Amino acid sequence: MTRLESLPGYDAAAPLLAVSELRVRFGATTVVDGVGYEVDGGQTLAVLGESGSGKSVTARAIMGLVRPPRGAVTAGSARLRGVDLLTLAEEERRRLRGTTIAMVFQDALSALNPVLSVGYQIAELFRAHQGLSRKEAARRAVEVLDLVRIPSAARRARDYPHQFSGGMRQRVGIGLAIALNPQVIIADEPTTALDVTVQAQIIRLLGELQREHGTALVLITHDMGVVADIADRVAVMYAGRVVEQGAAAEVYARPAHPYTEALLGAIPRPELRGRRLAVIPGAPPDPGRPEPGCRFRPRCGYAGDACGQQPPAREIGPGRLTACHEWERVTTP
Amino acid sequence: MTTAVERETVLDVRDLVKHFPVRQGALRRTVGLLKAVDGVSLELRRGETLGIVGESGCGKSTLAKLLTAHERPTSGRVTVLGRSLHDLRGGELRRARRHVQLIFQDPYTSLDPRMTVAATVREPYDVNPDLAPRGDRDRLVRELLEAVGLNPDHGGRYPHELSGGQRQRVGIARALALRPEVLVCDEPVSALDVSVQAQIVNLLEELRERFSLAYVFIAHDLSVVRHLADRVAVMYLGKVVETGSEAEVYESAAHPYTRALLSAAPVPDPAARGTRQEIVLDGEPPSPVDPPSGCSFHPRCFMAEDGCARSAPVLEPVAGAGHLVSCHLARHPGGDGP
Repeated sequence: MTRLESLPGYDAAAPLLAVSELRVRFGATTVVDGVGYEVDGGQTLAVLGESGSGKSVTARAIMGLVRPPRGAVTAGSARLRGVDLLTLAEEERRRLRGTTIAMVFQDALSALNPVLSVGYQIAELFRAHQGLSRKEAARRAVEVLDLVRIPSAARRARDYPHQFSGGMRQRVGIGLAIALNPQVIIADEPTTALDVTVQAQIIRLLGELQREHGTALVLITHDMGVVADIADRVAVMYAGRVVEQGAAAEVYARPAHPYTEALLGAIPRPELRGRRLAVIPGAPPDPGRPEPGCRFRPRCGYAGDACGQQPPAREIGPGRLTACHEWERVTTP
Repeated sequence: MTTAVERETVLDVRDLVKHFPVRQGALRRTVGLLKAVDGVSLELRRGETLGIVGESGCGKSTLAKLLTAHERPTSGRVTVLGRSLHDLRGGELRRARRHVQLIFQDPYTSLDPRMTVAATVREPYDVNPDLAPRGDRDRLVRELLEAVGLNPDHGGRYPHELSGGQRQRVGIARALALRPEVLVCDEPVSALDVSVQAQIVNLLEELRERFSLAYVFIAHDLSVVRHLADRVAVMYLGKVVETGSEAEVYESAAHPYTRALLSAAPVPDPAARGTRQEIVLDGEPPSPVDPPSGCSFHPRCFMAEDGCARSAPVLEPVAGAGHLVSCHLARHPGGDGP
């Protein structure tokens, strides 16, 4: 088993996960354009964005799931305690997947093999990574299913993926991710396909597991309600870039980027009944035809002359970043 | 919102039932019944919006198809402007169906990829030639595109050239071509991003005022339904378990399922975290093929008593005359429970 400590660049004082200046290209199109965020143990970072913002591609790139010929990571780093995942040999990176960093997918079915029982699939992790015996691995698999609150875990371990309901399947997916006790979990829209009451169960489960194990959780979502429910910090993405970052409570109370402000204004709230919702005019830009300057400029009510230049990420408070030339006008009531 | 007391009833639904046979084996023998819609009654008046909420499998999409005569009910009646769809045939049925149009969830699959925007919006006139003389149709199509916020000069575009929001606008324009009284919107914004969702919600409100439309607005997103609806019906396993005005359902929910649903919906305000009463239900909605005995919600209910498994409750008024709840235990809003 490769230990993180033995890999080049390891620094116990570095953040658990630090993504920096990440660029991903699909063909000629840059879909992730200099993304950076950090998360530490015991923290939940929500990556909030609409479809096409690059939030999922960033996660897949960190996990090493963006590969030629489809796509390529062209710049940047994704460091676990200083160890850059993107420059590691595939063999070493594969060993870190599951043991140090793991992913929960939107559709757990896609992460599971349909012809193997779920217990077998979880047990395989213990056999491959920890060299456990078949019997011991099977016992640990049942423990994992128990941990993700699957009732009658010992019996359900023998069932196949299609025999589980959507919510139970997502619990299995979470079980696969946490089995080897990774330090970082990236969950990509883990509740989007689920009903409201089931979503509440899964969000609660993720929060509990995260607190009990001190894991760093990166939650990728488009749901501003889910972010408000669970995230300590939030990174807002738009058109392949992080436009704003900070403590969730602060970002929601005092957005410092016009896009965040507009998103928050577009949510229906009880006090807005009978009134028109605030809308963001137009549509997100076509990533195949990038225009210079701020990507949000064509839809932005604050846009000025400076916005023809790409705004740098500016630190406007401790851990609080915004990529907007006009942020002072946005935060002025 | 508008009061709808003296307005004309445009859509009246009585005891609507839709059961699908469940077949198995090589001989396709019927082994059970999927009770998708199991005795639903609704009334909708001109200009009114009825929101329907519920989780997957509750029958809300089947209900949408029954209301728009895309499915025939097993029993029960849908009456449009005083005429029962069940009694009509041929041309008469087609004319009655015009009054109730369906807006689909997915603007990506509901448009024909080989038809231009203008041809798509024009198609209802080709199918119903009595609606408008041939010479007027181009003008009408342009007016419709304008009404839904599309550039009439872009009528030559194809669906793949449009964004999700623009496609949904095309779907709405096509539905409006038939000058309907009622639009049945089945999850019309759930495939859209938040910023685009707000545009479509606003458009639906504008159109409601401009054309005195009535909506049946079906969604799983409780906040969107609350924004638009005058009245709300909550469905669980093919039945309406609670119905009332927006305020009655959202502020004094009486059915334990409604209360759980409302409490499970995340609130987009981190400051509210930990301050709201949370009811997290166990399990998931059971299969409509073999629903539980008695009250179908009892296995997941945090209030259930022995009697709930034995007899099925019926919709009965709680506080206001229009606030109906189907629960043995929830007689008083805000009563017992955690």
